[in-house]
Amino acid sequence: MRYSALQILRQGLTGNRGWKPVWREPDPKPHYDIVIVGGGGHGLATAYYLATVHGLTDVAVLEKGWLGSGNVGRNTTIIRSNYLLPGNEPFYELSLQLWEGLEQDFNYNAMVSQRGIVNLYHSDGQRDAAARRGNAMLLAGADAVLLDREALQRKCPYLDFDNERFPIKGGLYQPRGGTVRHDAVAWGYARGADRRGVDLIQNCEVTGFDIRDGVCRGVETSRGAIGADRVAVCVAGSSGRVMGYAGLRLPIESHVLQAFVTEGLKPAIPGVITFGAGHFYVSQSDKGGLVFGGDIDGYNSYAQRGNLPTLEDVCEGGMALMPMIGRARILRIWGGLVDMSMDGSPFIDKTPVDGLLFNGGWNYGGFKATPASGYCYAHLIATGAPHPVAAEMRLDRFERGAAIDEKGAGAQPNLH
Amino acid sequence: MLIDHPLLGPRDAAEFVILGDAGLIDRPDWQAEDAARLFHDYQHLRDNPAGGHRELWFHEQGDRSWLVVTRNTVTHEIVKVELARDVAIARERDR
Ligand SMILES: Cc1cc2nc3c(=O)[nH]c(=O)nc-3n(C[C@H](O)[C@H](O)[C@H](O)COP(=O)(O)OP(=O)(O)OC[C@H]3O[C@@H](n4cnc5c(N)ncnc54)[C@H](O)[C@@H]3O)c2cc1C
Repeated sequence: MRYSALQILRQGLTGNRGWKPVWREPDPKPHYDIVIVGGGGHGLATAYYLATVHGLTDVAVLEKGWLGSGNVGRNTTIIRSNYLLPGNEPFYELSLQLWEGLEQDFNYNAMVSQRGIVNLYHSDGQRDAAARRGNAMLLAGADAVLLDREALQRKCPYLDFDNERFPIKGGLYQPRGGTVRHDAVAWGYARGADRRGVDLIQNCEVTGFDIRDGVCRGVETSRGAIGADRVAVCVAGSSGRVMGYAGLRLPIESHVLQAFVTEGLKPAIPGVITFGAGHFYVSQSDKGGLVFGGDIDGYNSYAQRGNLPTLEDVCEGGMALMPMIGRARILRIWGGLVDMSMDGSPFIDKTPVDGLLFNGGWNYGGFKATPASGYCYAHLIATGAPHPVAAEMRLDRFERGAAIDEKGAGAQPNLH
Repeated sequence: MLIDHPLLGPRDAAEFVILGDAGLIDRPDWQAEDAARLFHDYQHLRDNPAGGHRELWFHEQGDRSWLVVTRNTVTHEIVKVELARDVAIARERDR
């Protein structure tokens, strides 16, 4: 069924009896051309673009829980393309362009809202760095505006501009950045893939690979063995665990990142504000809750929940940036597994095992990447060659001295 | 999390910073034939297990000693804490 305003009207007048489940629940077939491991945003987007761009539909997505039970449903929904390095920026700009056309493309309301994102700066040195980043963004076809203190004050008068430690001097603004309703992204891609014949198989955990003579011929799962010509893994925070079944060690550590939401409040925050110096960022959801977060907890974790010192640290950052937040009450907190890589940048690549591909290392920022990640992974799976904008995102880049290290923090995952 | 420091007793984990996998104690031999590959693997590749994990913590806001903490990454339970110094000396002895 195609969704439209007319459809809502028609269903409304006929007692809403015509709505159908959004996807089928098929049993796994014994063999597929392509098996995608992980039904998060990236896995579902990959299936969608395999079907729509490459016409490949003998595809299954295997998800150990329910679709969207991982980070795609746990993130703070920020999209942006304000990266600096040539290995990253064209990729994230492609992603932002795909976001801009996504809802029309997959006929689903994902509430893509380009409400703007601003990264604050506090010193002359940081202003220079922001200008340089803005120029790199413009060169890659993105948008960037350097705001001075007055311009920022007009947007967000309540920030603590005269903070003793981090006085706010302005910010790098990307008007096209914003937020998206994360669950709807998973559902929209899932529905689009399912309608084209992709099997979405839930409660199906991959527990091993069928590797013979260096060639991957399928997967073992909690619902039996499934054969495949190509197996494409994208399990985000579980990357180390799953690729371990194939005997591969990765340049990745799994960590926990927390998010926090307050009670609903009247509109106060126009877009997304990031306060890097204070390890804090915030936006306001359409329901009015302030959605905010900060650093990862810092230690390896597969627990999907964090600890209180981080909550305290994040809230201190919030108080330093906008003291009025002290009046808000936190309603919900949760954590998700993030696949922190050695240079803070991701991988979309083949592996040393023939027929086994890997997508991961998204750190705390893979939601914005969802469309381009799926698009480029589908390209690699279908053609065997990396998409030009993802050509640097290779597993061997450290060996070649070609790390993509936006922060310059080195091989220390918890600092990126 | 509380880390039971071998010298100081239970301390709040917030007093520490974590470096990562305790395998970082085992620096490869720089004179080995394949030293470049060994250092690449040492520096960049991780087992990243779900479960028991031996890791290096530094008591930055305390006595500034390095510890090897054995911790479960699924439950966050800390099962063993040793001075990294003792671990390193014991490994030398085993060589
Ligand atoms: C608190 C938090 C806030 C974040 N905020 C932002 C943000 O504002 N902007 C942004 O761009 N990014 C953000 N991120 C990062 C972003 O959410 C992730 O990088 C991204 O969602 C990862 O890709 P994914 O959607 O495919 O992952 P997931 O949704 O985690 O998908 C992976 C799937 O693989 C499944 N799986 C794992 N093991 C197996 C197995 N053995 N067999 C079968 N299936 C398996 C999991 O169940 C899961 O559903 C945030 C992350 C967190 C945790």
